[in-house]
Formats: sequence, C-alpha cells, structure tokens
Amino acid sequence: MPEIKVDKERCKGCEFCILYCPKKTISLSAGFNTKGYHYPECTDPESCTGCAMCGWICPEVAIEVYK
Amino acid sequence: MEKVFGKPESLSDRPFTYCPGCAHSLVHRLTAEAIDDLGVMPRCIGVASVGCSVFSDLYFNFDFIQAAHGRAPAVATGIKRVKPDCVLFTHQGDGDLASIGTAELIHSANRGEKITIIFVNNAIYGMTGGQMAPTTLIGMKTTTSPLGRQAEVQGYPLRVCELIRELKGVAYLERTAVNNPQNVLKTKRALKKAFQAQLDGLGFSLVEVVSQCPTGWGMLPADSLEWLEKEMGAYFPLGVFKDAKAEEPQEVA
Amino acid sequence: MAEERLLMKGNEAIGEAALRAGCRFYAGYPITPQNELTEYMSRRMPEEGGTFIQAESEIAAINMVYGASAAGARTMTSSSGPGISLKQEGISYLCGSELPCFYANIVRGGPGLGNIAPAQSDYFQSTRGGGHGDYRVVVFAPSTVQELVDLTILGFEVADRYNNPSMILGDGILGQMMEPVVMRESVTYDPSGKTGWALGNSEGRERHMITSVRLAPGTLERHNVHLRKKYLEIEAKEVRYELYEVDDADVVIIAYGTAARVAKSAVTAAREKGGIKLGLLRPITLWPFPTDAIADLAKNKQDILVAEMSFGQLYEDVRLSVCGKAKVSLLAHTGGGLPTEDEIIEAAGKCVASSEPVEIYPVLE
Repeated sequence: MPEIKVDKERCKGCEFCILYCPKKTISLSAGFNTKGYHYPECTDPESCTGCAMCGWICPEVAIEVYK
Repeated sequence: MEKVFGKPESLSDRPFTYCPGCAHSLVHRLTAEAIDDLGVMPRCIGVASVGCSVFSDLYFNFDFIQAAHGRAPAVATGIKRVKPDCVLFTHQGDGDLASIGTAELIHSANRGEKITIIFVNNAIYGMTGGQMAPTTLIGMKTTTSPLGRQAEVQGYPLRVCELIRELKGVAYLERTAVNNPQNVLKTKRALKKAFQAQLDGLGFSLVEVVSQCPTGWGMLPADSLEWLEKEMGAYFPLGVFKDAKAEEPQEVA
Repeated sequence: MAEERLLMKGNEAIGEAALRAGCRFYAGYPITPQNELTEYMSRRMPEEGGTFIQAESEIAAINMVYGASAAGARTMTSSSGPGISLKQEGISYLCGSELPCFYANIVRGGPGLGNIAPAQSDYFQSTRGGGHGDYRVVVFAPSTVQELVDLTILGFEVADRYNNPSMILGDGILGQMMEPVVMRESVTYDPSGKTGWALGNSEGRERHMITSVRLAPGTLERHNVHLRKKYLEIEAKEVRYELYEVDDADVVIIAYGTAARVAKSAVTAAREKGGIKLGLLRPITLWPFPTDAIADLAKNKQDILVAEMSFGQLYEDVRLSVCGKAKVSLLAHTGGGLPTEDEIIEAAGKCVASSEPVEIYPVLE
C-alpha cells in the first residue's frame, strides 16, 4: 500500500503538503521537531494513492513517497 | 514497495537554510532533478549569487563557485569559455539579476553565452530584510517602499522575460512558478529544456520562476501561494517566450 | 614560439608576453591609454586557441577573469585607472577566494575623468589592495618595454605561486612607446598544479567549492591570518629593485617606472657635469616594497629625494621605510606632468643645501 515518509527534522511547518494532498490525508501532528515546528503526518494511510504531490510541493525535500 | 519520490542524487543532504515555504529550495530540488534526468551531474558547475540563495553551493554534489552580487552570468561566462563541455548554470534572485546584474544579464544573453540562468523572482530582497526589488509590484509594501510601490516615484516592476526575448542569443526562455504541484512539474520541464538548449549548443537559456517569499511578504506560507497566483500571476504571465529548438517562437497565451 | 627580437609598442608587448606565458583568457574593455593591448589580444588570442571577450564593462571583465581563473586557466584583464577602480570588488573576491590572475593598469592622469596623459597616481590603489578587506596584490613597476615583457611573464608565475592576483603598474608613456625587445620563448603552461581546486568535471573526485564567504564565528578571521602569512612570505621572497650609482651618491633618488627613466639620465648627466653626485634606487616591486634597501640608505645618512608622478604617495612609503633616520625630500608631478632631468638635478641641489626636507612642485614654479 502506498505510503509517505516524513523527515521530521527537515520540516518547517509550511503546510504545503496538507494544502495539496488530493485526498486530504495529511495533517499537522501534535508533536514538534527540534526547531519547534509541527511536522505533518498521514492520518489516513488507506487513502494515500502514492501520487507524490506532497513530495513535489515540499520545499524541504522532507517527504519520501513509496508505492 | 519502491521509492517513487525522494531526494535527487545531485542534491546534497544538507538541510536548507531558507524560511518555511520558500521557493528557492524547491527550485534547487527541481534543478537537481533536471540534472539527474539529463545524466550530467559531474559535468555541472553552479554559480551562486548574493542574496537568500548565497549558500546554494552547499546544496549540490558538483563543483560550485560564488559570484559577487549581480555578476554570476559574467563568472559563468568565464568558466564556460574555459570549460565548454561543462554545464554551467547560475541561481539568482531578482535583486541580483534584475537590479545590480542587469548589464551582465543582457550582455551574456546578447552574446548567446551557452549558460543557463535560473532566476527566482519573488519581488523582494529577502536576505537583507524585505526591501523593494525591481520586480516588486505596484502598491506592494516593502521596507524601502513603506507606503507601497508608486509607479511615478519608483517605476514599474521589471518583466525580465519580455525584456530579453528579442535578443537573438537567447535560445530558450520560459517563465514558470512553483506555487502548486502542476507548476512545480512545469518548472522541472522548463529547466530540462533550458539545460538541453545549452547541451545542444543553441545559446543562452533562462528560466524565470515566479516565487513566493512568505517572510518578505509578511504572510503565512499557504497564503503566499494564493497571493502569488492572483497578484504575481496577473503581472508576470507564465509561458514559453522562446524555444529555438521549436523553430517558430512560441506565442505567450 | 621561439625567442625573437621585435620592435614593439608597450601595450602590445604586454599582450604578446601574456600569450607566451600561457595566458589563454583575456576579458577587457576599451579605455585610453591601453586600447592597443585589448585590440592586440582580440587578434592574437584566437590565433593561440584562447578566449578573447570584450566585456560590457570592466566589472563584467574582472568577473569573467574570476570565473576563468577558477576553471584553472591563466587569465588576464587590463585597463587604466578608472577601469581598475571598477574592478576592485572583483579583485578582492579573487584574493578572498585565493585565485590567481594577472592584470595591467596603464595609468592616466586623475582623479575623476582626469586625462589620458601618463601618471603614477594609482600607487596607493595598487599597493594597498584597493578594494574592501585585508588583502594585497603583487605590484610590478616596469620602466622599459622589455620589463613590460619580463614582468608580465613573472607576474603570471608569481600569481600562480601564491594563488593571488599580481599586476603591472604602467603608465600612458610605457604603454604607448615603442622599444626593441627580446620577446621570450613561449612557456608551456601546466595547469596540473591546480587540479586540487580548479572547477571542472567532478567525476571520481571530491567536488570543489570556490567561495570567499565564511560566516561561522572565527572562520573568516582565521582565513585572514592564513592570507596574512601568505603576504608576509611574499614580502620576504618577492622584493625586487635596482641600485644605480648609489654607493658614493650625495643624494639618492627613489623613483620607479617612467619617473625612474628620467632620474637615471639625471644621475648620469649630473656625474658628467661634476658637482653633486646622484644615485638611483628603483623599486621594481611596489608591493612588496623594498623597505630594507631604503632603510640601508638611511643608515649611510644619504640624502633621499623621491621623484614621483603623483603627489606624495611613493613619498609616504619611503618615509615609512626610513622612520625619520634620514632626510627625505619630494619632487612631484601629477595629472600628466612629467619630471625633467634638470628639475631633478636642481631639486637634488636644494636637498643638499637645506637641513630640512624640501617638497618641490615644479608646475607651480
């Protein structure tokens, strides 16, 4: 099943991935990284199609996509 | 399971020093993706400019050099003439390219130097703290146009692609954006075509990427994408301005 | 190309010498009185398979040289005072990034637009670095067309030896005059010494980064200490000067370039006439400056007369070298003015007759 892997420390909480995930499966986690940003997490893995739009739009290369 | 998306090989592992939502790092990744696809990584030499992207040399796995503010096209010219089989590109902001570096831009284009200019147009000076740039829109408040840019006092935003499209030395010229996934893919394609024009020895290539600067614009990252779409998009039309390979000049929609 | 005897104009001799030194990249911009050099390179550089670019400005030219040097080539630019002023930021970048290059300043009258007559008033700009930051450039001062040739070839060697720019401080006379020269045999330039840092195809090696920015605390200062050590080494090893009839001289003239030509004939004329005996100490490197040699003159309590085509620039360095231990007087022209033999002999007479240093500006008399 497709999934995304988020590098928590590289994320700066810009929320682009959340904005552009076509299935709206990503949202900010409650956790922080060492810089104090909320990093995203996939809250609905079944809906993820592995389209990689989150990866394309992420300015920090913080998301890897597997299919 | 197979990785379908991740860090391109040409990009180093170094985390970016840019602000949240900045387009510079997106353009770096797309540059690296284009270079990977073309299989020219070891032949690449990057020229960093002065501005937010002054540290772009840290983010790539091939040779790099830092140029003085505005002079990257001249530095790239010097390197390319000595090492013609290397692939030269500069990464410049709007202050570097369209303000202090205008002469270097126009004359390297006019000479048809076989280099690729990657121009991040975010309509502001980011590194120095949000001053007005040549591409700052009318009415836009910056730290040096506190009342909003006024045409009769500070002139009009500079359209670089329209400015150099007539120069015969220009082989590939496109303006794109990176404010949504579709435009991100278009930017990657544009970069590949620009590099290909260089590899084919057709002449000078430039890709202008209309870019968001959440910090400089005083907006949340997500809001800056919307503002870009509406305001920047209205003044800086996207499209291919010149494609020597496609022979007839592409009319901009 | 083999060694040959030629009658050449100074500016062109610099160009040919640079080509023989293996220079294969020249970027320049028109400015009198050095145009013949740019024109010569535009014809000869392609013949040698090199690159000639007439840049859109002197600023672009020095930045092209910066790039070409980073790619491992022997590179050169040239201009006159106003253009060299424009190039200062680029030269500072070359020094900060430890890149070699060679350039010639065929000086004209200044400041501002000035005129196109010869002068030496860019002395401070050349010997004090000239741009921002702590750095120096090796400055050679030819006084004959032969020296334009030899100091150009030496300039490229010294630049590569220390990975630092070197320059010739000429003037409108040296650039425009013709003299017979022995044009040296071509050097086969071997760039292999630069493969450790030069930019190019990074296949199978560490990637190279050429930069002059150092933000982490202490890193830039440590880099400056490293540069300082390099400059101290240059000061220890690269000083060059000529002594002419100094030992028994009542007055030793200190002059370089065109002013030294006139001074030398004044020395000979004065000795033929009898009366006070003159000698000449001619700096060939203006930086590193021949401080010790001048300090020796002071030990012998000889009178010193500085003859320069600038208002008290060389004079300042001579006084620094002497540290008050001898009388240093000044004969100065500038803005295109030239000293004559008689002015120098007359000035020397005033030096001997006066217990205090004298400053003479013949244009006022």
